[in-house]
Amino acid sequence: MLLIHCPYCEEARPEVEFAYGGEAHIARPVDPSTYSDEQWEEFLYIRSNPRGRHHERWRHAHGCGRFFNAVRDTVTDVFETTYKAGEARK
Amino acid sequence: MTGFRLADGGRIDRRTKRNFTFDGKARWGYAGDSLASALLAQGQMLFGRSFKYHRPRGILGAGVEEPNALVTVDRGPGRKTPNLRAPSVALHDGLAATSQNRFPTLKTDLIAVNNMLSAFFPAGFYNKTFMWPRAAWEKVYEPIIRRLAGLGDSPTTRDPDHYDATYAHCETLVVGAGPAGIAAALEAAASGGRVFLIDEQEEIGGGALSDPAQWAWLAEASAKLAAMDNVTVLPRTTAIGHYHQNFVVAAQRLTDHLPVDEAEGPREKLWRIRAGEVVLAMGAIERPLVFEGNDVPGVMLASAAKTFALRYGVAVGRKLVVMALHDSGWHDALALHKAGVNIAAIVDLRREIAPELAEAARDARIACYPGYAVTGVSGGQAVNGVTVALAGVGKGQKLECDAVLMAGGWTPTVHLWSHAKGTLRWDENWGAYVPDKTHENLRCVGACAGDWDFGSGLVRGLLPAPKPLHESKAFVDFQNDVKARDIGLAVQEGFRSIEHIKRYTTNGMATDQGKTSNLNGLQIASGVLHRPVTDIGLTTFRPPYTPQSFGAILGHHKEALFQPLRKTGIDDWADAHGAVYENVAQWRRARYFPQGSEDMDAAVARECRTVRSAVGIFDASTLGKIEVVGPDAAEFLNRMYTNPWKSLEPGRCRYGLLLGEHGFIIDDGVSARLAPDRFHLTTTTGGAARVLNMMEDYLQTEWADLDVWLTSTTEQWSVIAVQGPKARRVIAPLVEGIDLSPEAFPHMAVREGKICGVDTRLFRVSFTGELGFEVNVPAEYGRMVWEAIWAEGEKHGAAAYGTETMHVLRAEKGFIIVGQDTDGTVTPDDAGLGWAVGKKKPDFVGKRSLARPDIVAAGRKQLVGLLTDDPQAVLEEGAQIVADPNQPVPMTMIGHVTSSYHSATMGRSIAMALVAGGRDRMGETLHIPMPGKTISAKVVAPMFYDPEGSRLNG
Ligand SMILES: [Zn+2]
Repeated sequence: MLLIHCPYCEEARPEVEFAYGGEAHIARPVDPSTYSDEQWEEFLYIRSNPRGRHHERWRHAHGCGRFFNAVRDTVTDVFETTYKAGEARK
Repeated sequence: MTGFRLADGGRIDRRTKRNFTFDGKARWGYAGDSLASALLAQGQMLFGRSFKYHRPRGILGAGVEEPNALVTVDRGPGRKTPNLRAPSVALHDGLAATSQNRFPTLKTDLIAVNNMLSAFFPAGFYNKTFMWPRAAWEKVYEPIIRRLAGLGDSPTTRDPDHYDATYAHCETLVVGAGPAGIAAALEAAASGGRVFLIDEQEEIGGGALSDPAQWAWLAEASAKLAAMDNVTVLPRTTAIGHYHQNFVVAAQRLTDHLPVDEAEGPREKLWRIRAGEVVLAMGAIERPLVFEGNDVPGVMLASAAKTFALRYGVAVGRKLVVMALHDSGWHDALALHKAGVNIAAIVDLRREIAPELAEAARDARIACYPGYAVTGVSGGQAVNGVTVALAGVGKGQKLECDAVLMAGGWTPTVHLWSHAKGTLRWDENWGAYVPDKTHENLRCVGACAGDWDFGSGLVRGLLPAPKPLHESKAFVDFQNDVKARDIGLAVQEGFRSIEHIKRYTTNGMATDQGKTSNLNGLQIASGVLHRPVTDIGLTTFRPPYTPQSFGAILGHHKEALFQPLRKTGIDDWADAHGAVYENVAQWRRARYFPQGSEDMDAAVARECRTVRSAVGIFDASTLGKIEVVGPDAAEFLNRMYTNPWKSLEPGRCRYGLLLGEHGFIIDDGVSARLAPDRFHLTTTTGGAARVLNMMEDYLQTEWADLDVWLTSTTEQWSVIAVQGPKARRVIAPLVEGIDLSPEAFPHMAVREGKICGVDTRLFRVSFTGELGFEVNVPAEYGRMVWEAIWAEGEKHGAAAYGTETMHVLRAEKGFIIVGQDTDGTVTPDDAGLGWAVGKKKPDFVGKRSLARPDIVAAGRKQLVGLLTDDPQAVLEEGAQIVADPNQPVPMTMIGHVTSSYHSATMGRSIAMALVAGGRDRMGETLHIPMPGKTISAKVVAPMFYDPEGSRLNG
């Protein structure tokens, strides 16, 4: 079981308290109507799925309830860092 | 009878006898014996029948690696455990063990005829032999295979035991309590941190238990560990898996070693241990050798014979031959000789033997055959001799013996290291993979690290033989009956990767996970392919390290504790009034309230008629509820839902439709605006948590500038739906401060006031099509208010109704249930809910997707009503629909039935369905093929009752 550091609670807590939230830094467009079908498809479905560093979202669902971002290595599952939503990509 | 008890030696207590049974016959041994050692001491060589060919098999190892001697231990009703390894079963008084996979008895197994037909059971035989015809699988092949190829029988009755579970934290966790593990634990403990030392055996010591010279040290070290407050020593505890960040799960067996009547408390305890550092000291497992006849009972690992002699005081035979490729075989032979076991000969494929070993053997008068290999074993159910030949191909020479010991070198036990994603490197000296790198705070010590001096040896599993490989009957995987030639055949048929060879031959796929066979299989594949072992790969080790009871994994999470059961504040009343329940998400809900001898259909028909003609009362407390508060609350809902919310006046309600960004319906519900900055949202019963999560997601990450607060209030409110033409008359005497007149309180409005003296949010809404109210009161008053409404209702002929009636009533009106009439691919337009989409809104979640080419294309499945030609025929929900019932199979399916009921109100069946181009098919007759018949139905609008909506006014 992973130990995940919640940047809001400032504490490492067991994985069962958290919910995974998919790839991070995929912002919803301010005006989706300006998107072409291809751009919208990309926003909806296309993800980077890297081998290695992955920017992803987690929610401290059974804790403070906050969404935050993390960098996790998809090979080793080691968390490089976690940071608050809205902060720049690390 | 070959094995026997030595005159002295071993850690057994010769003053304490233990009586037990094996296959129903009375046997005995000593305290400290394992089931295997006690049986060997009584001359038992035959322990089981092999998986595929039912070949007679004996003991191979002295530990958890044992592939052959699997037994079932019966500790009473529901306490029958199959597939236990005899060397790991501690002997106790009354132990009742039976052998497995034999028919009818161990000695005369009729199915062993398989053995003679083994030429017809090559690698991949499951795939090849039983390919065709498909129908024969179920009726012919599968029952045969289940009969032939099996392990022990699964228990058929409930397990009466209970299982404990705990979390633990420590600075250092040491897995394996042999000399290296004990040393690591002592060293870590000296620094003062919390130390756990766990070991799978009955007592700590590991390999030292088989070496009397170390017993004094072991006793001293054990006492020292026991005296330290910061050290927890757990014997009979198997570390079954290493998970992320040094989270190790270990199962402790608490009672299986005790007589049944002395076993108290939980049977096992699952430890979930988070450790700062994990030290793996799991040792190494000796490799068997692959030669003709290597599975005859009496052929075993040299290290096992040593353990039986020195730890248990048992000689495995009266005249032993050792087949060694490794110095450790010589060391073991000499140790056995010293313990009084007769070693007739040591055969070693190496021509050059270390002089001190050769000399010691000569002094012990052991015949030596350097440069020789065993090429055959004689004997059926027990060894009576071997053939040896120079370099395996010279002229055969017979040696008489009753046991053969194999010393093929050592395989470090890297299972947990691999669970932790530690990498491995090939070590030429060991002829095995040893730990390399890890990102965890994890290290290996002792033999499992490749850091132990067993001496040196040749690296090859397959001995040279006079016969070509494809004629060989040498076994690689004893438990799954895989021969060397099966691996050759797999390679010949084109398999190259060990992952594929493994699956095709089933090598290493039995309950022992290839502890003794993986490396030999790899070596043989490497030889046949003429490629280095490292090119062929290594299969992945996965938890559990050894088979694990489900009981310990489940722990306390069973029966009422398996999953929380959510009950409403009115649940007790329903129970007292005979409700039949159904589970909806984690809630239990009253499904219907049968009276007298009513079945479900009769009860539902009566409840429906009562609602339509008088009034019904329904517990709707499970509806998801979210309080949305803040200056931007209306703006937020406007962005989330398809409908416009900003124009909704306080005091009014609106049906809200929620889409995902993909444009498909994911939830719905009626919500009320209580004040400019306050909304009372409702969601589906099952969708409440999901919807709140989704809203929090948007609020926190996309629109963090909006000043809105979301609170789950599902549990705060009891909701009582009062529905039917007499609904107003039922609640009127109880309500204070709210004008209930139709003019003052129209449909889709909300009012705050009091009912029965309690604060209420009173909704005028209808999921039945009748005049209706939903009374929200604080949950703790739910039961009281329900009873007051019930008492009033009874004056008007009211019925309490359940979810089944609710479903029928809403279907008569064509109201959808998200998740039943939608399946995650249904858009608002597909569901006929285009009216709920705000056309003028610039944006909302999912809006852009509603313009995607596939969403606007013609021919999408649309929600329609179906009326069967036979009004009494009720369609099956989920049944497929076709346009032409006479087309050849496979037919083109154009949709499926989503909701279907008998409607007492309509006096006939009604159904809803998703049908391709459904709204263009009004009046068309479609067909629903069912077993033995085809039902025809006409497409109609999904609205069966009161299409004008006049009944909403009561
Ligand atoms: Zn938190």
